[in-house]
Amino acid sequence: MYNYILKRILLMIPTLFGAAFLVFFLLRLIPGDVCELRLAGTGLYADPAEIELCQEKLGLNQPMIVQFFDFLIGIVTFDLGESMWTGKPIFYEMGLRFELSLQIAIMATITSIFIAIPLGTISAIKQDTWIDYVVRTFSIAGIAIPSFWYGILIVLGILIFTQSWFGEPWMPPLDYVPIWVDPWRNLSQLIWPALATGYRYSAVATRMTRSAMLEVLREDYIRTARAKGLLEKVIINRHALKNSLLPVVTVIGIEFAFLMGGLVVTEQVFNLNGLGKLFVDSVMSSDYAMTQALVMVVVMVFVFTNFLVDIMYAWLDPRIRYA
Amino acid sequence: MAKLLEIQDLQTLFYTSAGTVKAVDEISYDVEEGETVAIVGESGCGKSVSALSILRLIANPPGEITGGKINFMGQDLLQLSDREIREIRGRDISMIFQEPMTSLNPVLTIGVQLTEAMEFHLGIDTEEAENRAVKWLEMVGISEPRRRLKQYPHHFSGGMRQRVMIAMALCCEPKLIIADEPTTALDVTIQAQILELMKDLSSRLGVALIVITHNLGVVARYADRVNVMYAGKIIESGTAHDIYHKPSHPYTLGLLHSVPRLDQPRKERLKPIDGQPPDLTKLDNGCSFRPRCSFLIDKCENHYPALEQVASGHITACWEREKLIQEHR
Repeated sequence: MYNYILKRILLMIPTLFGAAFLVFFLLRLIPGDVCELRLAGTGLYADPAEIELCQEKLGLNQPMIVQFFDFLIGIVTFDLGESMWTGKPIFYEMGLRFELSLQIAIMATITSIFIAIPLGTISAIKQDTWIDYVVRTFSIAGIAIPSFWYGILIVLGILIFTQSWFGEPWMPPLDYVPIWVDPWRNLSQLIWPALATGYRYSAVATRMTRSAMLEVLREDYIRTARAKGLLEKVIINRHALKNSLLPVVTVIGIEFAFLMGGLVVTEQVFNLNGLGKLFVDSVMSSDYAMTQALVMVVVMVFVFTNFLVDIMYAWLDPRIRYA
Repeated sequence: MAKLLEIQDLQTLFYTSAGTVKAVDEISYDVEEGETVAIVGESGCGKSVSALSILRLIANPPGEITGGKINFMGQDLLQLSDREIREIRGRDISMIFQEPMTSLNPVLTIGVQLTEAMEFHLGIDTEEAENRAVKWLEMVGISEPRRRLKQYPHHFSGGMRQRVMIAMALCCEPKLIIADEPTTALDVTIQAQILELMKDLSSRLGVALIVITHNLGVVARYADRVNVMYAGKIIESGTAHDIYHKPSHPYTLGLLHSVPRLDQPRKERLKPIDGQPPDLTKLDNGCSFRPRCSFLIDKCENHYPALEQVASGHITACWEREKLIQEHR
């Protein structure tokens, strides 16, 4: 088991290096750098000398390979430098946004798990009955309808129902406070985007649970369990569920990592200042330092999530644990 | 001896897109207490389905038990509620399956899989169930059983897993064990060990056995009575001695000729049965074996032969049984 974990940790290093390499060089393929955009982006004339001065200040005039090594050293020493656009430290810019995105990602993933596993299981047990059709329609609707639309529905729904029940409309708070400062206020703001995205991302996991469960229910060992006279609920919970969770864990892991940087539109609808918005802004302004840092953060989340998924695998399946 | 199980006119159908498959077509046989009964036939003749039907383990859909009676200790298993049949499964009648590699749950320890049925059926606590599990593992010849309880199926070889399956089948001390091709997936040397173990334990504990097999060697050695199945029907039934030495159906004869005999000098080459088993969705009123039969007469085209007695306790379904018996004795 410890060897397994150690192997997984060592495997993270080449992945991170590859990601750093790709993001660094791909970013620089986009024409125009942050200095050109800032000084001449609005169509005004800019003095080439001034642009050069700016590039020199940010180190953009140095050979690519030197810049790349600076970037690598920055990653290893956890010194990501300053944003090229605002000039503020990257850690400062990311700070609260990372916290907020992480919290939403965790809450949305939990929502998604609580929707996907029970519904997928029921749908498989009741295959081809009306229950199965209802669950499948519900989860297809989750994929088909964009989450910002749920967002709008939820916000309108809260306004309308609080209006009719309490006489005056109630709005979730608009400004973010960390959960340890005011948990109630924090949750009453973030629960809604978490529900909207959690529902949306539960769809794939629900279908995955259903198909994995259907497959497992046809296995010989399920027949053995039935032949022992066990209760159906024991057969499902003890014999089938653990076997069918392997592919579901993978899907949920990938979704969690995606939620960390990919909630651009949902953040807009709920007026949240998360990583997604920062990501888009930094790409738009060719802020290499910020974009690179953000990509590396998301990659690290991906790698770490995959690591957790691998650990879960080993926990679920003794054949991996003892291999 | 008293009758333990009486199967009467059992019929199991599968509704598939290709048509209705008569997997088991009105078969009847008895099992007496402590007796070993073999069901023999080619792949796809309905022998496994007939076994699974006894405990109502046929997946519905696509399968359905559409008729007959299965009397076991004074009650018709087909009339029981889901709860009542669950109390029979694993308690009074247990099963051993063909594939020991896939019949045990890969993510649960042997201990859990052994004790859960005892806890459920016998109402004993985990500790007591584990003690009994250790005893049963010892009895099926697994060394260091206490340590083995914490291991997973992938730690065991095929033969060892089948021993665990046997321990699982025995652990609630059932009256009847149905073994569905228990040795097909094992090496030949292991096959003999497993059969010996089953025979030994069943006679020691007085458990009746239904052994489903296509291996006539198994039949000769271990069974008291033999039912030969073809295309969903029993076509011959008798003692192992009758079937082996006085076969009275062309199909049984064909089966015997297609098995290597070690107890007789090798005079001739093996003779396989020509042709393929029939499509079970397209059976007509005639004898289902007639396309492959060398005793074919006109009557076989339109009339399925009834099971008739050829000797005491020996029945066969063939119009030409007299001719066959004369030619082959």
